[in-house]
Amino acid sequence: MGGIWGPLALALVAIVLPAAAARVLRRLGRTSLLLSLPIAISLLVNLFFFPGGHQVLLRLGPVTATAEGLAFALEILVRIMAIAGAITLFYLTTRPHDFVVDLERRGISPRAAFVANASVQTVPAMVERAGQITAAQRARGLDTEGSVWRRARGILPLVGPVILGSIAEVEERTMALEARGFTRPGRRTLLWSPPDSGRERLARWALVVALLVVVVARLAGWTA
Amino acid sequence: MLTLASVSYRYAGATRPSLRDVTLELADGEVLGVVGASEAGKSTLCLVASGLAPRTIGGTLVGRVLLDGEDTAGRPMHAVATEVAIGFQNPGTQLSGVATTVYEEVAFGPMNLGVPRPEVLRRTETALDALAIGELASRDPDRLSGGQQQLVAIAGLLALAPRHLVLDEPTAQLDPAGTRLVSVAIGRLAAAGTSILLAEQKTDLLAAVCGRVVALADGGIVMEGAAGTLLADPRLAELGVAPPSAVRLEHAARSVSAAAAASVARSIGAVGE
Repeated sequence: MGGIWGPLALALVAIVLPAAAARVLRRLGRTSLLLSLPIAISLLVNLFFFPGGHQVLLRLGPVTATAEGLAFALEILVRIMAIAGAITLFYLTTRPHDFVVDLERRGISPRAAFVANASVQTVPAMVERAGQITAAQRARGLDTEGSVWRRARGILPLVGPVILGSIAEVEERTMALEARGFTRPGRRTLLWSPPDSGRERLARWALVVALLVVVVARLAGWTA
Repeated sequence: MLTLASVSYRYAGATRPSLRDVTLELADGEVLGVVGASEAGKSTLCLVASGLAPRTIGGTLVGRVLLDGEDTAGRPMHAVATEVAIGFQNPGTQLSGVATTVYEEVAFGPMNLGVPRPEVLRRTETALDALAIGELASRDPDRLSGGQQQLVAIAGLLALAPRHLVLDEPTAQLDPAGTRLVSVAIGRLAAAGTSILLAEQKTDLLAAVCGRVVALADGGIVMEGAAGTLLADPRLAELGVAPPSAVRLEHAARSVSAAAAASVARSIGAVGE
């Protein structure tokens, strides 16, 4: 059952080729490396603990690697890579701000758009703030380097200023937003929308059709 | 015209009012200064004048806030926002957090109000011009200096096309360069006839732009008068407000000349003996 060639072919067509066309293939590869640890764990677990494998490849004390386990592990691997690759490709090629503006243009509520947009922009701001606070605390002698345990302890003094500081700002931010008409019901005026060429629209529809074909083929029992 | 008629205000959960029986009028085109020590009620006055208190932050308001003689009590915040815009101390928390350029940041208010797009663009450009920050339009607002961010925040308020502008210590968290930047901008707005309620500790700025000043202590108005007279009043120091540098210089000059006269008198006396 299952197989790795289908997902692999799909990943090539839907991820690798577009990534190459968008010139982000190298960055896509580098980002995917971040997944190596979870992938390695999943490979090992599936390889050794796949239930009901018969073809023994290797014995390590009480555990056994089977050919069935290996096939299953590879199948899971290509699936994870395909999903992660698709998401990474999206983030490498789409400015989150453009995405949210387009969502709002297509009708999601201004509040939902604000939340999405603000979280996208708040994360870098909080990272920067955490960096500043770490630097300030190091300047006053806090040890944030060295062993893992030490660094873990070094995070604690950050929690107060970064998290509580952000929460304390909430009231000010709320007031500033309300004072700028944010709570007015109804649609907002949008200044611009991301460019959307005829070819892009065509490609999107082609992808939807391809998705339907794949789903139907799968339901019809055709596997690869 | 913005009027506060016998307004008292108590924050939610507070036991005593932070504003007590304040009556105040901000005429169109007038620049009115508010001085007072910390905790005297300056910020509360700004929140009440802008409509945020009690609409957004709760609390209890007694008395009436009127726009051109009409009570604002029933109006929602977004309707008041087009009449009275308010700016705060911290430039960082006033930015929307969703704009990637200064232009979008300034346009945020009119976009929220659903103003037609050409009008949004016109207002945004007018606001950028009014504060002379047109060259920042394509910059990332998070990457500006505090003073520049404050200018962007004020431009964002102007884009709401408000009749009145309330500014709560707009230079309090800025360095001297930022303070100068914002002071010059407020001076320009004042000269252009914007009606501004300006709460400030920095009396130099008030002396430069205000026609009239009120002094607050313990939530009530204790002094009121023309800026030149009130800011030179010696009782101001008793309220914990530092007089403008021109006034301090004059005092210093007077005490120096008095000391000089005394020493001359002493030496003349010594010669006489």
